[in-house]
Amino acid sequence: MQLTVNGHTVDVPIHVTTIGLLLDHLQLNKELAIVELNRVILQKDERDEATIQPDDYIEIVQFVGGG
Amino acid sequence: MTRYSRQERFIPIGEQGQAKLATKHVLIVGAGALGAPTADLLARAGIGKISIIDRDFVDLSNLQRQTLYTERDVVKRLPKASAAKQRLLAVNADVQVAAYDQEATVHFLEQLLTTETIDLIFDGTDNFDTRFIINDIAHKHQVPWIYGACVGASSLSLFIEPNQTPCLHCIMGGLPTSGPTCDTVGILASASQITAAMQVAEALKYLTDNKEAMRGTVFSLDVWQNTFSSMDVASLKKDDCPTCGTSPSYPFLQQDATTRFASLCGRDTVQIRPTYTTRDLTTLANKLTDASITHHNEFLLTFKVTGYTLTAFRDGRVFVHGTADVTEAKKIYYQYFA
Ligand SMILES: [Zn+2]
Repeated sequence: MQLTVNGHTVDVPIHVTTIGLLLDHLQLNKELAIVELNRVILQKDERDEATIQPDDYIEIVQFVGGG
Repeated sequence: MTRYSRQERFIPIGEQGQAKLATKHVLIVGAGALGAPTADLLARAGIGKISIIDRDFVDLSNLQRQTLYTERDVVKRLPKASAAKQRLLAVNADVQVAAYDQEATVHFLEQLLTTETIDLIFDGTDNFDTRFIINDIAHKHQVPWIYGACVGASSLSLFIEPNQTPCLHCIMGGLPTSGPTCDTVGILASASQITAAMQVAEALKYLTDNKEAMRGTVFSLDVWQNTFSSMDVASLKKDDCPTCGTSPSYPFLQQDATTRFASLCGRDTVQIRPTYTTRDLTTLANKLTDASITHHNEFLLTFKVTGYTLTAFRDGRVFVHGTADVTEAKKIYYQYFA
């Protein structure tokens, strides 16, 4: 399935059907990620279950803790 | 030409904005990769007063990015806040600077925000624990603060204003329990400088009453991967948030006692914070008959014992260098500070 993630076209395996699975697939830390799906920001408690479709536009911001 | 002519010619600031800046007082928590350039920019911009706090001293590995400091500060082993003050006053003697060579504990921040009027707080810390304390205290005292963080080549910054924006607690959902809290992947000065510059830009808009120009988004970028993003998080504000909601409990202001012994990230050092808050360094120096003293200035005393180096600060704290293990550090500490 093809998605746009942070402006780049990304091909993900067929089992990646939710935002939670996408974050796992991209090896991102779920505690530090904020996700927009088709320009709508996802509330944290609903985020991981949100389903994704081909050609979805996804924006992911990873919080950074250093300084 | 006056000192601030270039900034005053910038129309949104002008002479009026410049005059406003001169009346503002900011608190910078942490005088490292973010706090140092932030303080430098604000002093040059003509802010009224800077209060700056840091628990550490200037180390050689800081000079790559912490632009206020010099080799002389490393040789003299000056605490960062005091070294920052010297430099800031040399840059702009019209700015008032208060330096605090100590830890930004809940107790300290409470006292400062209760006794002084602070217009804005800058996050120059390197960990989420202190940021959640800043988030709570800022909301309790209704002072806006600016989150800033960087690691590797990436940067993130965000302006948080009580009653206006979601807070850090709303956005992150709570203190992260996992993930890279220690700075083990290094840091490019380009990433820290750009973070500080973004924080200061938002601060200038806020402090000169140009709120309509404020970005209002989580801004993140990576100077190596050439990516950036600006995300509007306004819809994440929660009415039942324990920090900024309708009946806040400020959970991160309850835990001061737990941090008496802390391993400092990436420093191979453990900090011990005793209950007393002053130490006479000369008396200590006279007692240390079996140790070799390597540094002794008005702020701290460093001495070597077998396998370890210890630094005792004027405010009572002790660093045990040479271990990141708290139990091991405690053993050494009690040998010299029973
Ligand atoms: Zn909140």
